[in-house]
Amino acid sequence: MYKIVRKKELNPSVTLMDVEAPFIAKKAKAGQFIIFRVDELGERVPLTIAGYDREKGTVTIIFQKVGFSTNALGALNEGDYIRDFVGPLGRPTEVEGVKRVCVVGGGVGCAIALPSAQAFKEAGAKVDVIVGFRNKDIVILEDEFRACADNLYLMTDDGSYGEHGFVTVKLQELLERGEQYDRVLAIGPVPMMKFVCKTTEPFGVKTMVSLNPIMVDGTGMCGGCRVTVGGQTKFACVDGPEFDGHQVDFAELMSRNGVYRDREAQVTKDHACRIETMGKRLIP
Amino acid sequence: MANMTLTKTPMPEQDPQIRARNFQEVALGYTEEMAMEEAKRCLNCKHPHCVEGCPVNVRIPEFIAKVAAGDFQAAYEIITSTNALPALSGRVCPQESQCEAKCVRGVKGEPVAIGRLERFVADWYRQHVNAMPEKAQPNGKKVAVVGSGPAGLTCASDLAKKGYQVSIFEALHTAGGVLVYGIPEFRLPKAIVANEVEKLQAQGVEVMTNMVIGRVLSIDELFEMGYQAVFVGSGAGLPMFMNIPGESLKGVYSANEYLTRTNLMKAYTEEADTPIAKSKAVAVVGGGNVAMDSARCAMRLGADKVYIVYRRGEAEMPARLEERHHAKEEGIEFKTLCNPVEILGDENGSVKAIRCIRMELGEPDASGRRRPVEIPGSEFELPVDTVIMALGTSPNPLIRSTTPGLETNRKGCLIVDEKEMTTRPGVFAGGDAVTGAATVILAMGAGKKAAAAIDEYLNK
Repeated sequence: MYKIVRKKELNPSVTLMDVEAPFIAKKAKAGQFIIFRVDELGERVPLTIAGYDREKGTVTIIFQKVGFSTNALGALNEGDYIRDFVGPLGRPTEVEGVKRVCVVGGGVGCAIALPSAQAFKEAGAKVDVIVGFRNKDIVILEDEFRACADNLYLMTDDGSYGEHGFVTVKLQELLERGEQYDRVLAIGPVPMMKFVCKTTEPFGVKTMVSLNPIMVDGTGMCGGCRVTVGGQTKFACVDGPEFDGHQVDFAELMSRNGVYRDREAQVTKDHACRIETMGKRLIP
Repeated sequence: MANMTLTKTPMPEQDPQIRARNFQEVALGYTEEMAMEEAKRCLNCKHPHCVEGCPVNVRIPEFIAKVAAGDFQAAYEIITSTNALPALSGRVCPQESQCEAKCVRGVKGEPVAIGRLERFVADWYRQHVNAMPEKAQPNGKKVAVVGSGPAGLTCASDLAKKGYQVSIFEALHTAGGVLVYGIPEFRLPKAIVANEVEKLQAQGVEVMTNMVIGRVLSIDELFEMGYQAVFVGSGAGLPMFMNIPGESLKGVYSANEYLTRTNLMKAYTEEADTPIAKSKAVAVVGGGNVAMDSARCAMRLGADKVYIVYRRGEAEMPARLEERHHAKEEGIEFKTLCNPVEILGDENGSVKAIRCIRMELGEPDASGRRRPVEIPGSEFELPVDTVIMALGTSPNPLIRSTTPGLETNRKGCLIVDEKEMTTRPGVFAGGDAVTGAATVILAMGAGKKAAAAIDEYLNK
């Protein structure tokens, strides 16, 4: 059991939690993920690590309540326990040798772009950050990004805050005006990552993307998270989650991510009435 | 007076029509009367070959004599003096190629039903006594066991009995390894595995779930934490695919994923959150026990049609005869001498059919089995919405890639000496991590051998 020591609503649909997990906190690196299971009946859900405190022994997760299990997790409070919390899984963000990077985060993906941006900074790189949100109300982690970015570009789809436009508009502008990045890291919704890759491709900038396919165990056992990268089958859980975005088959990834969508909608509807039991259910 | 009946006392089973749609155990086990009757078929040979056929050398005629006498408690004690997990091995061992293959009664007629008797004794004990074992006098030494499958559980049990302070590190959220994620409930009820884990805990073994060794801690860090030896029983968890077109379509699973969702995550119950495909027609590719388990799960999850697609003939199938027999009884259709060449998808990227080519058997290959050869122009399509790849597994690279000095062979299996010690002093290994995918009992045998070797190593 893993105690939630802090809970903070970052915006109406995005929640931050600090979870007591000393072994993971000691080892975690930017870009890696954990898998949680809310209670005995819960499914295993991967979330990329948003931060950690090695001394306090806590791991920070930031998640959007989009489906059944993230809503179930969001229903827990400070002092409650998460049944299972395992990690750190996957490979960390590769920061070595990168001198000038542009980190691009979209929506809740910014939560996991932040530790990678910080890791690049610590490794001595010059770090530009572009973050994008639908509107002003859902902007998260602005101060934190400001603290680690050499240049922060904040974009909103409707222009209600920062600059008006998608992250790709800003990225295109920076590349066109001759900014020399040796790495772009994009983390966010799959369509956003796909378009970031399309933007950087003509400029020949190596672009890594953090993928979030459906997975079960997270240790290479189930193969459910397989993605096609450069024509080869890779397991996101052990070979990733970050891959060379110019090699990723995004259409296949999007298709595979939708495999349980109908059922998810049904389950979310059916379970909505008993969300308050979350974290306490047992196998009957 | 010995019972000279030529055939085994039959064991009651659920009716195939009914069981094909539920997850309750198929075999129902002997009653006390049946067990005593079957036990009387044992001739109590002076030189019992059955014992030699057992990877953990259960003193078979001795325990059977106690069953015949109705002293089931004594029978249990004899079995567990060498086998920590009889309720498991009694269910999932391939007795027909081990102990029972060597039984003298098998020369004329059927051998003694050793497996059924072992299962009976273990179940009787669990139902009537189920005393938790005592904690041994601590010897002050610490051993880490990586993986809580059959190898790890056996190794931990034997070491705990000798007074070692043992910690098991399990990557998943429930202890048991393949016994809980792979083997389905209807062959091995999970409550039985949980009961065995509880017994270990009663012996003072610490079971730490959600610990992926190679990520959260390395083998070297385990030594730094004060463990004086490490046993790696991390299994063979990496699934293989065929590398044919269409394997990334929605509806294609590895057997590992299909079984893990069904068994570990309990996707077969209404209450569990983990989803699984609601299939109408399923093709399972492969001919081993895992293929049979997958097919039988698919049937129980409600499929109308389930096929086993296997490139060799049925005689070449590695699956146990009993499993094949059960699968067929439950309505699973065997498409032998068929090899998939492509999986076809619809406009949504979901599986709609599997294209296969017919095969014929040619000359024997390196495995001694006749090599299947394609018959040109014999392709056909099988309309299915789900394909499960049960082609075998190989060891997970997570530990070998994070432990300097740990050598593996070409297939990624850990190399061990005759004492189960790897190329790193103090690091022992056994089970599928060493052999590649094999059986529960071989893993238990290796765990046992490693425990003895660790004891010797730490007392040098």
